[in-house]
Amino acid sequence: MSPDVTLEWGMALVPELLLLLLMMLVLFYNKLKKSASPRDVGLLTAWGAFAILLTAVALSFSATPASAEAMWGGMIRGDMATLVFRVIFLSALIITALLSIDEERLQRGEYYALLISATMGFSLMAASSDLIMLYVALETASISSYLLAGFYVDKELSVEAGMKYFVYGAFATGVMLYGMSLLYGITGYTNIYTIGGMVRANAGGISPELNGVFLISAVMIFVGFGFKISAVPLHFWTPDVYHGSPTPFTGFLSTASKAAGFAVIFRVFTSGAVGIPNDTSFWWAMLVAIAIISMIVGNFAAISQTNIKRMLAYSSIAQAGYLLIGVVTFTAEGAGASMFYLLMYAFTNIAAFGVIALVAKDAGADELTDFNGMSRRSPYLALILLFALLSLSGIPPTAGFLGKFFIFRAAVEQGLWWLALIGLLNAFVALYYYLSVLKYVYLYPTDKEDVPIPVSRSAWIGLWVSLIVIVYLGVFANSAYEWTQEAATAFFALSG
Amino acid sequence: MSEITINSYVILSTILFVIGALGVLLRRNAIIVFMSIEMMLNAANLLFVAFSRHLGNLDGQVLVFFVITVAAAEVAVGLALIVAIFRTKKSIDIDTLNLMKG
Repeated sequence: MSPDVTLEWGMALVPELLLLLLMMLVLFYNKLKKSASPRDVGLLTAWGAFAILLTAVALSFSATPASAEAMWGGMIRGDMATLVFRVIFLSALIITALLSIDEERLQRGEYYALLISATMGFSLMAASSDLIMLYVALETASISSYLLAGFYVDKELSVEAGMKYFVYGAFATGVMLYGMSLLYGITGYTNIYTIGGMVRANAGGISPELNGVFLISAVMIFVGFGFKISAVPLHFWTPDVYHGSPTPFTGFLSTASKAAGFAVIFRVFTSGAVGIPNDTSFWWAMLVAIAIISMIVGNFAAISQTNIKRMLAYSSIAQAGYLLIGVVTFTAEGAGASMFYLLMYAFTNIAAFGVIALVAKDAGADELTDFNGMSRRSPYLALILLFALLSLSGIPPTAGFLGKFFIFRAAVEQGLWWLALIGLLNAFVALYYYLSVLKYVYLYPTDKEDVPIPVSRSAWIGLWVSLIVIVYLGVFANSAYEWTQEAATAFFALSG
Repeated sequence: MSEITINSYVILSTILFVIGALGVLLRRNAIIVFMSIEMMLNAANLLFVAFSRHLGNLDGQVLVFFVITVAAAEVAVGLALIVAIFRTKKSIDIDTLNLMKG
């Protein structure tokens, strides 16, 4: 027990502390400067998040490389994996803020303050290495997200989305907490890595008569995490919440929440805290089954959707399935591939939802038919949607192709070729509904052929940046892939 | 009179948890659903405290403080959402949340 807070500990939390500062700034600015332009809070958030992103990356060069040691009494770890996830969340925050700036109903300090606090929660989730920290970080993110989903308080769809998200989310968290209490009861510790070390030392279990309870706790804890990544059978909230939420926030939720969920899955499951991570354990079979079912349910349910937000919600369930393939390989390579996928998915999905937000604002609805003739109304906007959808379906030269390729390769190298094959077949199914959206965009006529869709400058910046990153990661993936690979080894560094 | 062991606490908290979970799944009034969620969280709290006493370390009790605090914040948000629901639908019946399906 050493209660001395060192400078290093403080430095490890600088990005989160700066986010807290930015949140207060946004709230005070909104309160004190009544006369200011309504776009200001959004701009402040975007610039502030950009500055924090640069700070976080700069600090990672100066700090001890991949310092896997536990900090703040074993509560958090400031390793490379934390950094990669921070970059994902902060990028998501910047682009979401840029896309929200010109939505009149989102031009409020509370909206941006909640976005920032959700980012802070996600970021701490990725860093946490203790059940206590994990629970508090997860709730910080969740409570902000419930409010953001129901942000249009006078719109029935949005309020309904917020309420459904809250009830299902609180239920899943309650189950997870109960699982954590069982885990604590069996092992006597709350630190994930201490528990993991204990399980390893006892070769796979605590004691034979407690193995059943141990399994129950693993399943219950996965309920909370599976809810965050919207894996089947915990996916039922996804279509409704994605559909009803404010569209820029839907993009943020679909990427940041999923990335944070995977970060904690990597921490808890690969550390061995709920059982030795290899392919003989029961929960390995559970994760494989969930991966397969998620891909199939997500892709086949997406085909029949007529609302594009619901379609992308089912597509995001399928993406959770692909990402789980990277988890069940239990190699740094698979984890790195999943992290690369999450990185490119953040830009891809936020770009897709950004375009949808602009079209829906113009048309007043977000059905597929509202996209008729979009390529002739706004060719560049259609181009960005084209690249986002190609990336989601995994076609070169976009980042989505390499994301899927790396994950499937990691699976094949571990002898899981059948799992990669199921993933590949699912990717073909997915191609069908992604391309059917493009049919509306490029082929179908509309009565507003030469009325361009209004796009503000900040939204253009956000969308073009996403497009550039999607193409860049699709062509020059090497540096980013090596970076995530290196970071992924942190999950397997089990000391401390 | 038999001694109260850790097993009694585990059984009690399991009963509370199941009542809470069934309440969330079966009851239709939003307020009752919230109370059921609270009961699930408190079942976990009870177990944490019991295990903490049984094992002789304080980690579990520390976690309980955080859970209580977070649960308060969660309920505040939940009640705000109920008010918003009531304003748009004039009802807090969970079954009226049926605009989106499929």
